[in-house]
Amino acid sequence: MSAGRSCEVVIGVLALQGDVREHLAALRAAGAEPVTVRRPAELADVDGLVVPGGESTTMATLADRFGLLGPLREAVRAGLPVYGSCAGMIMLADRVLDAPADQRTVGGLDVVVRRNAFGRQVDSFETEVEVEGVPGGPVHAVFIRAPWVEEVGPGVEVLGRVVGGPADGKIVAVRQGRLVATSFHPELTGDSRVHAMFVEVVRATRARDLSSDGAGVGAGSEGRVS
Amino acid sequence: MAQNAPSTPDLPSTPDLPSGTGTDRVKRGMAEQLKGGVIMDVVTAEQAKIAEDAGAVAVMALERVPADIRAQGGIARMSDPDMIESIIAAVSIPVMAKARIGHFVEAQVLQALGVDYIDESEVLTPADEAHHIVKTDFTVPFVCGATDLGEALRRISEGAAMIRSKGEAGTGNVVEATRHMRALRRGIMTLGNLDETELFVAAKELRAPHDLVVEVALTGKLPVVLFTAGGIATPADAAMMMQLGAEGVFVGSGIFKSGDPAQRAAAIVQATTFFDDPAVVAKVSRGLGEPMVGINVSTLPESERYATRGW
Repeated sequence: MSAGRSCEVVIGVLALQGDVREHLAALRAAGAEPVTVRRPAELADVDGLVVPGGESTTMATLADRFGLLGPLREAVRAGLPVYGSCAGMIMLADRVLDAPADQRTVGGLDVVVRRNAFGRQVDSFETEVEVEGVPGGPVHAVFIRAPWVEEVGPGVEVLGRVVGGPADGKIVAVRQGRLVATSFHPELTGDSRVHAMFVEVVRATRARDLSSDGAGVGAGSEGRVS
Repeated sequence: MAQNAPSTPDLPSTPDLPSGTGTDRVKRGMAEQLKGGVIMDVVTAEQAKIAEDAGAVAVMALERVPADIRAQGGIARMSDPDMIESIIAAVSIPVMAKARIGHFVEAQVLQALGVDYIDESEVLTPADEAHHIVKTDFTVPFVCGATDLGEALRRISEGAAMIRSKGEAGTGNVVEATRHMRALRRGIMTLGNLDETELFVAAKELRAPHDLVVEVALTGKLPVVLFTAGGIATPADAAMMMQLGAEGVFVGSGIFKSGDPAQRAAAIVQATTFFDDPAVVAKVSRGLGEPMVGINVSTLPESERYATRGW
């Protein structure tokens, strides 16, 4: 990770509500420069974005009211790398089950996500999950009223599944080009490897954008299917 | 704090980190997800829906809001399970509910109903004059009120996974919440300036476990999320509490005892997110209609002060 210092990237954390502080710390530990994003102008200054854990209905309501939903959708379409954990995964999903009828999301990730899929808070749990692209053994994963991915589109890679228990085999980590999402909260464990993987996505994106003379940001190749 | 995790679901365990349900990390982590948000008291499914639409991060299901408990008197208890279930069914956000201080069976019932967080609350009539609930015995997490650092740390040692200032609920008067937030902050800052020897004395004076006192001294914060509660009635109240170090806000009577609950609820949510931006707080404070009628706390007789309940 130390080699990446030469390519310092600025990664925003959507700071409308949720465990923003933990994501800022995890990004810093992974070698990025983290900043909070609450306004459209702040979104324009970042190389990548994290949508944190929290309440997805609250985030969507606030994003809508403060004129962020449109710019967020536009940024995803234009190829901004985004990582969403838990509520962040819901915000990135194109389709959400068990949500209020009018719940809006940013979208872009061609998946069907089920909200609160593992149950209520008494069913929240921690376990180990192998995540593809994250070296060094399984990630200790904390699931809090977590969603899971019920269906993935053709352009979506499954990075991790729950092993054992009643939810055996459920998809809990995915990637589609520059979009990464996990059902669980790596930011709560002090292990920044998932964030390091995302920082690498941001670095690679930035390097590619710089070398392509800004001639389009390559959104077309990212496989937005729906 | 050893946590006996119940057996569901059956998951592989690792030697170093705990797995399963009901762990400290899962309980405290839940509160971390609520940060920057507003938790609203509701007494019906319709109110819960209004709260969710306004952007509440959770609702507190209870039979009477504190202002009505004050006005009507009598013994205030856990809510009717039917009413709690109807609220759980109505919204997708977390549902909290209150148990009386020390009433561990009310807590068992609430856990069985599937509430997401239990508030062991001084707003209800205490069921035990010496003991709080042993919260480590439960899978569901607890939030407890505190007036100062010692009280907060005693609750955390009993297993509270979240702390809120007590304030003086049902008054619409923020003065007590201010007092408690300042006391908590001052307590935390003071510990940071003490040496190892002095921390033993501090633990004795705070009547709190030494290990928690040392942890606060080292980290400069509580080991769990700190919200504010008790008398918040306006967007500016909420923003002030956030500037005083609260990580989120409980609003009780302030919303549904006001003239236009939906608009006030949305305004308090927005002021909590943009607590450090007076232009936003000003904008959302316009045209909210009548706030709840307040009570001057200094004229309240001692027996009617909820903040003195709990020990």
